[in-house]
Amino acid sequence: MSLKAKSERFLLYLFLTVGAVVVGFPFFWMVISSLKPLEDVVKFPPTIIPTRWMFSNYIEAWKSAPFARYFINTLLVASLVTIGVLLTSSLAAYAFALMEFKGKSFIFSLFLATMMVPYEVTLIPNFVLIRKLGWYNTYAALIIPWSCNAFSVFLLRQFFMNIPKDLFDAARIDGCGELGMLWRVAIPLSTPAILTVSLFSFLGSWNALLWPLVVTSSEDMRVLQVGLAVFLREEGTQYHLLMAAASFTIAPIVVLYFILQRRFIEGIVLSGLKG
Amino acid sequence: MELFSSRDFWKSLLVTVYYVLGTVPPSLVLSFAIAYMLSGRIRGRSIFRTVYFLPYITSSVAAAMVWAWIFHPTSGVMNYILGLFGISPQKWLQEPTGIFSLLIGKIGIDIPEWAGGPSLALVSIMIFTIWQSLGFDVVIFLAGLTSIPEELYEQAKLDGANRWNLIRHVTIPLLSPTIFFLLIISTIRAFQAFNQIYVMTIGDPGGPLGTTRNITMFIFQNFYAFTRVGYGASGAIVLFAIILGLTIIQLKYVGRRVHYL
Repeated sequence: MSLKAKSERFLLYLFLTVGAVVVGFPFFWMVISSLKPLEDVVKFPPTIIPTRWMFSNYIEAWKSAPFARYFINTLLVASLVTIGVLLTSSLAAYAFALMEFKGKSFIFSLFLATMMVPYEVTLIPNFVLIRKLGWYNTYAALIIPWSCNAFSVFLLRQFFMNIPKDLFDAARIDGCGELGMLWRVAIPLSTPAILTVSLFSFLGSWNALLWPLVVTSSEDMRVLQVGLAVFLREEGTQYHLLMAAASFTIAPIVVLYFILQRRFIEGIVLSGLKG
Repeated sequence: MELFSSRDFWKSLLVTVYYVLGTVPPSLVLSFAIAYMLSGRIRGRSIFRTVYFLPYITSSVAAAMVWAWIFHPTSGVMNYILGLFGISPQKWLQEPTGIFSLLIGKIGIDIPEWAGGPSLALVSIMIFTIWQSLGFDVVIFLAGLTSIPEELYEQAKLDGANRWNLIRHVTIPLLSPTIFFLLIISTIRAFQAFNQIYVMTIGDPGGPLGTTRNITMFIFQNFYAFTRVGYGASGAIVLFAIILGLTIIQLKYVGRRVHYL
């Protein structure tokens, strides 16, 4: 390797490493701050190593708001939304991909058009609707409106359309109905798309803030993100506790990310390139 | 109609435009550079990718809390880092003065308020947004880059192209569908931004002197705090019209310049 090529490689690694350090720093700072006693946190210039390691911050933060309740709510909502999305979008995608019916392409373009509408536009009408249905401040308001989305339908449809028709014909000869073909042929052959849809439905629901903020009012209906925002508003200056709360909110998703890392990345690419 | 005569509405529109311009192009350029470097023969590519992607999956509420803490005016670590370079502490999220005014004011020239640019508070939120969206763009760019056949580069090299020529005449044209996709997606996202802005200015909704109130915050506040539902709803319609118009323009003019392999 020539000297020029060597120094170029060095610069490249330097740039990438500095970038990674900058990107990773907030996580590091969050965890470090969450382990400091209050007097360390407000000290300026800040110290890196805490004078005392305050693991008790986590317990204190956890106890100062009903986080257990928030976690249960979020887990429940995110799981049910994911199941709902899978159910509706696989059925709809199957119909759009493999069945013939009148007005199919028109309905499909209507579906796609909904992707263009920013969610703020539908926020207020949806809110009014939720009120009229008597769902205000219930789980139904958090779950049902999100149990169907055009993007998932679109992604699954693309996958279903690429499955060889012969497989469906064979299944039909073996006496499979439409639902049977969806369940036994289409879904098993589209695992990457199914996983992507589940992962992003779950993640989107876990991280949602605006909608839950608008349609819930009581504390026992709060999801994690809303709970965290309220905690921030009320404990705004207790930075060590805020950072502890931020850490345990992020932790489950980070763990999930490390376990399913390849899936996440592939999913992003899949949704990005098909979308 | 009442909406169009409202100063707050126009101001929120300006904030939105600043926000879009201040987050979309920097994020695209930076992530392209990173993805380009990662696409070569790099040791530890997957580690870098993992780190760069991490912010994208973390909840923006929690991450915004962390950044608000980093930007804290009296004990934030950002001021400390700036201090190492001899720069005086800033008020960050509480600073309504425009970024250009701040920068140019340093050398003693005053510029009129309208040319002051986005407030430092808004710039702080932009930095956070770029941090969070970078990984997504990197991953998409990387996928696009690896799909470009190696032979094309070899061919161009034989024709005497240097590295810059290669990027300019091979990589960018072949990557144009990816760039185009990211441009549309990130523009739409930037227009709709809410979580970042809401959380980072939770103690002072709309930010110092309303300089971080974008259209979404405007809609939300009118609806939620001031209970002026109709007002908020008409803001939403305008937002929709803008996004729709922009997407059509992008499809028409930028889309025409996209090369498919």
